[in-house]
This record gives sequence, structure tokens and C-alpha cells, in this order.
Amino acid sequence: METQRTKLLEVKDLKMHFPIQQGFLRKVVGYVRAVDGISFFIYEGETLGLVGESGCGKTTAGRCILRAYVPTAGEVLFRKNGEMVDLLKLPPKEMKALRREMQIIFQDPFSSLNPRMTVMDIISEPLVVNGIAKGDDLKLQVRNLLEAVGLRAQHMNRYPYAFSGGQRQRIGIARALALRPKLIVCDEPVSALDVSIQAQTINLLEDLQKDFGLTYLFIAHDLSVVEHISDRVAVMYLGNIVELAASNELYENPRHPYTEALLSAVPTTDPDQKSNRIVLEGDVPSPADPPPGCKFHPRCRFAKDICSQEVPAWSETSPDHWVACHLTDELKLSGIAYG
Amino acid sequence: MEHTAPEKLLPDAEKTALPQVSMGKMVWRRFRRHRGAVAGAVILTIIILSCLLASFSPYDPEKSNLASALQPPSLQHPFGTDALGRDLLTRVLYGGRISLFVGFMVVIITMVIGIPVGAIAGYYGGWVDDLLMRVIDSALALPSLMILILLSAILREVEIPFLQRNNVMTIAFVIGILSWMTIARLVRAIFLTLREMEYVTAARALGASNFRIILSEILPNGFGPIIVEATLEIGWAIMEESGLSFLGFGIQPPTPSWGNLLNNAQEHLVKHPWLAIFPGLMIFLTIISVNYIGDGLRDALDPYKILKQIDEV
Repeated sequence: METQRTKLLEVKDLKMHFPIQQGFLRKVVGYVRAVDGISFFIYEGETLGLVGESGCGKTTAGRCILRAYVPTAGEVLFRKNGEMVDLLKLPPKEMKALRREMQIIFQDPFSSLNPRMTVMDIISEPLVVNGIAKGDDLKLQVRNLLEAVGLRAQHMNRYPYAFSGGQRQRIGIARALALRPKLIVCDEPVSALDVSIQAQTINLLEDLQKDFGLTYLFIAHDLSVVEHISDRVAVMYLGNIVELAASNELYENPRHPYTEALLSAVPTTDPDQKSNRIVLEGDVPSPADPPPGCKFHPRCRFAKDICSQEVPAWSETSPDHWVACHLTDELKLSGIAYG
Repeated sequence: MEHTAPEKLLPDAEKTALPQVSMGKMVWRRFRRHRGAVAGAVILTIIILSCLLASFSPYDPEKSNLASALQPPSLQHPFGTDALGRDLLTRVLYGGRISLFVGFMVVIITMVIGIPVGAIAGYYGGWVDDLLMRVIDSALALPSLMILILLSAILREVEIPFLQRNNVMTIAFVIGILSWMTIARLVRAIFLTLREMEYVTAARALGASNFRIILSEILPNGFGPIIVEATLEIGWAIMEESGLSFLGFGIQPPTPSWGNLLNNAQEHLVKHPWLAIFPGLMIFLTIISVNYIGDGLRDALDPYKILKQIDEV
């Protein structure tokens, strides 16, 4: 790893609160705190894994970064011509230009491709919309993109229904690549796929990262998928990031009880190893009415009084290892072997 | 993990290696399989063609000839003659021109109003949707027959550009502006569902404008139900025109339309039933053909079914 690395994206205290409306007059009776103040950054060319249970706000965070949602508060800084610009303050015209730099790969390969469009139409759309190519040049570019993701160019006049889930996901990847973006938000790109196809798709994403110089924000709901591809991993719980560290550090040396519990659920391939699975009690609380203090305290086996009273600070306990836990220095948590 | 060459990653592609077929060909192939739709298309074509060729009839549609009044169907007069001795076949064909024109015109008008209204309401949601939906609700709450009568009476008196007094266009216009709400509601429902699809988010992320998303991402996915609704609308418009003419506010005699032919037939219904049977049959055949065509088109345009059909081939 180089010592001096440039940040491509930096998120500062991002919040996305969805109003809950009720009644005829649409009175706002509360907010769902889907993302409740998260901060992180991504270096150019790296992959940041974002892990958490369903409903913890990972997808919302990804969409906010792409400005598919307008966040309630916070900053999303993106590197443009050597400067960090705040996407949330950008006028629509400049935002449109910046959209080329960041794309998204979706979870569901079925709803993410328009069934009325041929593969050619789907992949060429970004090029047409942004006025980048047309005619023969367009066809050539689509051909190259299809080949880059391992699909055959002669299939481009087919409709998405003719393809399997894994192939459809490749079409989605080709579409995301068309604008030569710098950042791709991968929103659980493999969780809808068969296990055998998952590995292929992750390998493909890794190859493309090298070939196209991509930076990934890789969202997933389990650590075993993220392990393979991520340089660093952030763990999210109920709208907050609870821990962020380099992959090997996080796996071997977790510093937050929630991370430890997640890691204990990762299946091992060694039959002799005794599994020490930590089963979390209860359900994830509602993001509309989160518990006070540390949001994890009702389910944490180490919880003390302070946990229910004060919100833990987001601090760097050792270089590049960030944790939000009051007790992190006292606890001896067990990780798992990395790699 | 080992790396597999891209070619080896595509076992399914090998199996499903399809012949290159264009969308149009696939739709046509699918349409041809729907017997009802093909029969409907043939019948409708025959009806339209004969209406267009009505001028070749040796008889005048409006000139009376009392000597040959109320003759039953014969070789000379295949559909018989009416109370004024006019050849009924000729009158039915001339009437068809008007009824069919009204039918298609009404559909065009309802589409032109209904699709944009529904699309904007469904796509943007919020207060835009609320506002447009209230407009639709109020339009639906109007007693349509009364408005139809009132409007056609007014339009007959007032000179409006493009609409000459009491001509077919006026009738189509009046029916059209009172029947776009169903289409608007349908299109709104389609947009409400489809705007949440991820391909819409994808299009937005890659910089497509709202206009483009509405027109080329969402609308094509609603073609099926819209086409079916449009065909129903044609039938409904022909009936509505018949109803209006029947009440004396539509097409005025001596100009024939299927509606006023039926109207004139009522006093002779028992003794001379052919006067009602033939125009009625034409209305029936036209509506049922159009509905079957719509049905066939919906199936033919469905991408799922296209795929299934290719597998069968």
C-alpha cells in the first residue's frame, strides 16, 4: 500500500431521514432515520465494503451518494479535477456532468434492466443520453463493453429475458461501465445470484477494477462476500457505521461487539474448528424509534449503563481503525482468520 | 479463486442460442398465432375496405326512391331497402365510414389527453398527482350523457375553428373530451408501479432526463394494457355515437351512421327486422374484431411470451 493516497469520495455526517406522513393532510408524525450521521472516505482505486443487516441503511447511503435521494443533512465530497466538490450543493447542470463519474450496479438483475429494451439499447443508453457516441461508433463501444464483461457481442439484439441472472448482472455492469466512471456503487450486486455465479461476478468486478481503474463502494449484507473484494470494510448498524478498518484488521481484530457477532456467523471451511457463534438477542429496533445512547446496546452482551445514556464517539482507536463503542478498550473480542 | 475464460462462463447462452429475430418479426409471429386476433384483423380489414369502396355502389345513399321501399334482402339489394327505398347496404357502408372515423378519432383524442395526464400524475406524484386526480374525479362525476347532449347542441350553434357545425369531427371531439379519464387513470397506475423499478433509477443515475424516462423507459412497458384499453375505447365510442345519434344529437339524417340507422329501424323492427339486423351486425362485428385484435396485440407485445414462443419454434 502506498502511504500517500488520494481520497476519491468523502462522506461527512450524512443523514437521510424519511418523513412518516399520516392522515388526509399528510401530517409528518415522525422520521425514519435510515441513515443517521455516517462519515467515511474512499481512496482512489480501492474497494470499500459496506456491510450490515437488511434495513440498516446501506442501500439508502449508496443512493444518497449518487443523489438518487436528497439527503437530510451532511456532505458528500467527490474529487473533481483535483478538488473536492460537495455533490449536495452542486447545481443540477454540474451534477449531471458529474453523474458520469459515478454509476451504480443493482442488486436485482431482473428489475434493473428494462424488459422492453434490447441489450444494445440498455448499454448504449448512457452513451446516447450523454451524447458520447452514435452510429457505428456506438455499436463498436457496446460491442467492446459486452466483451469486457464476458458476454457475446452477437447477443446484443436480444431482450433481457433471454438471459440468466448472472448474465443479466453482467449487462448491468456493462451499462455502469459505459460512461467510464471513477466510482461504482455496487448495491449488493451478487446477493441475488447463485453461489457459483457470485464468485464469477466478484472476479469479474475485480478484473474490471484493474482494467478500468475503478473505485468501488461495495454494499453487501454478509461479511463473507465482502472479504474477497474489499480493501477496507465498514460495518453499519441501524443507520450508523459502528466500525471501519482494513479488511484483515477487521476480521482478525474486531473492536465492536456487533462486528464480532457478524464475524461469528461467517461459515468456516475447516470442519475441526469449533464454531463460537454469538447469537444476538431480539430484533433490530425500528429506525423510526431508535434506542437512546448506543443504538446497539439492547442487543449487546457487554452493555453497561453508559451505553444506554451516551452516544459513543466515532474515534480512531488505532491507525485506520475507527470504532464507535464506549467499551472498546476494555473488551477482548475474538475475530476470525482472514483470507 | 481460479479464473474462468469468459467463453466458458456462458453455458446458458449456448443452450439458448437464438436466431436473430427482430422485434417486429417476433410480434408478428406471435400475433399470427392468436386465431381470434387474426380473424378479427381480417374482418375489420374487410369492413374498412368495403366502407372505403362504398362510392362504387350503384345506389345513392341519400336519394329516396319510394317505389322500392322496405324490400327484404334480395340479389339486387343484399341488405334490403329502407322506408324511403334506399339501398341499405350502401347506407350501412357510408354509415360505417362515419362510425369508424368517430371510433378511431375518439381513441386518438383520449390518448392524446389521457396518456400525458396519467403519465405526469403517476411519474411526479405529490401535489401534481393530487391535483390531476381531482380533475379526473370531477370529470368522471359529470353526468356524461347530459354533457354530451349539451355540448353537441352548443357546438352546433357556435363556430369553432377546425370543427365545422355538426360534422363528424364535432361528435368525435365531444365524445373524446368526455372519455379520456379511464386511459389517464390506467396510465397513472402503470407509472406509479414502474417508476419504482430499478431500471428507472439506473436511467436517472446515468443522466437521462425525466422526459426521456417517461417516454422511453416507462411508457413502452405500459403498451399492453394501453392498447387493450384503446381497443375497448373504439368499441365504446362507436356505441356512444350510436346512442347520441339515436337520441337525435349525433349524426343527422339523411347522412347515415350505424347509430342513426339503428334508430330509424325501430319503428319497422317487427315487420322489417333486416333494417336493424344489418347495422347492428356491423357494430357487433367491428367491436368484437377490434377487441380480439387488442387481445392479440397485448399477447404479441409481451416480452415474456415472445421468449416462450421462440423456445417453441
